[in-house]
Amino acid sequence: MCLAVPGRVAETYRENGVLMGKVEFSGVARRVCLEHVPDARVDDYVLVHVGFALSKIDAEEARKVFEFLGELRQLGELEIPSP
Amino acid sequence: MKYIDEYRDGPAARSVADAIARTVRRPWSLMEVCGGQTHSIVKYGIDRLLPPEVDLLHGPGCPVCVTPLEMIDRAHAVAARPGVLFCSFGDMLRVPGSRGDLLSLKAKGSDIRIVYSPLDALRLAVQNPERPVVFFAIGFETTTPANAMAAWQARRQGIRNFSLLVSQVLVPPMISALLQSPGNRVQALLGPGHVCTVMGTREYEPIAARYKVPVVITGFEPLDLLQGILLAVRQLEEGRAEVENAYARVVGADGNASARALVEDVFEVCDRKWRGIGIIPKSGLRLRHEYRGHDAEKLYDLEELETRESPLCISGQILKGLKKPKDCPAFGTACTPDSPLGATMVSSEGACAAYHAYGRHLEAKEVR
Repeated sequence: MCLAVPGRVAETYRENGVLMGKVEFSGVARRVCLEHVPDARVDDYVLVHVGFALSKIDAEEARKVFEFLGELRQLGELEIPSP
Repeated sequence: MKYIDEYRDGPAARSVADAIARTVRRPWSLMEVCGGQTHSIVKYGIDRLLPPEVDLLHGPGCPVCVTPLEMIDRAHAVAARPGVLFCSFGDMLRVPGSRGDLLSLKAKGSDIRIVYSPLDALRLAVQNPERPVVFFAIGFETTTPANAMAAWQARRQGIRNFSLLVSQVLVPPMISALLQSPGNRVQALLGPGHVCTVMGTREYEPIAARYKVPVVITGFEPLDLLQGILLAVRQLEEGRAEVENAYARVVGADGNASARALVEDVFEVCDRKWRGIGIIPKSGLRLRHEYRGHDAEKLYDLEELETRESPLCISGQILKGLKKPKDCPAFGTACTPDSPLGATMVSSEGACAAYHAYGRHLEAKEVR
């Protein structure tokens, strides 16, 4: 129910004074309310739940997970398996 | 799809699972709060990648599951009225109430529409000005801003034929109730990632401090979940109980301040009943007085109905992490997704339905 999906902003516009946008999810485009992620620009990725963008995806933070993984792998390789 | 596929990488998931196995020394019980997390854990078999010391308990974070029977009956009563155009998220339609489910009512001719968004329901109200349009506004903090936006726009634009039947619930009061309940087994929490995109992480700090449980804000993909589990196990082994954010690509400490301000403008806190659990004080939201013209509970005279749960169902204990689906004799026999007996089987995000969807009822039979 709290399913929220990342999508790419393809277009932004105003409708009745509210910031809206066309957001693409794996080729499917949907009308999404962008009013509460006002700094979202075309080609940014936003997290969308029931037609409402909750936050902009932070590319730097997204990358950090993989740095963390790299460190884990190195640690794993350093560890000598117990007999 | 970017920001999804890379978080489902099998070898990477195994390396995090290995790190968890290297970290753990003693047995621990962790609860994932969200139904969406439960669904991912069972779907990808994440619980089976973990060392035997780590036990995952499945939390009550499935809004469809915890919506009380009385509210399903109210929805049924409103949707059955002649002329009403009733809109709901699809997963509410199959939840059985005392008088049957909304899908059967639709089959009998009531005008019930499945919508993707409350804003689509609002659009239906604009397109059908002569008909009352009612949206069944359920959900946790994740869904609140979208529901608030629909109410706010309806009021501002004077769309008088649009109303909401509100059954909104909040995560922190439920977690507190759970952690102080007798027999509590939860030693750490995987916090609700999408709820925190709106609410931020700060409201979990008093919970971590008061109940001495680590709270790791966690996402929904396999790598997110495993990373959340690793950080929680590290805290437990080191004797720490802090709020950590393992979902920083979308969650900030303050959440989405402007969305929260909108919610504050439209809703106020109230007591709510949770299916399988009971009434939790200040655990829900209702429309403020200024929005009474868009409040279906005020617009429709809804009688209080007497409801009764199946005596066989143990969903209350499952929602509190005290039991698992396989502990229930009715699981997969008297109770299936096609004819659910209680909360945790009514939605695909309920623990029982997730176990059933991925064939674990068949294993339960083999064990017996």
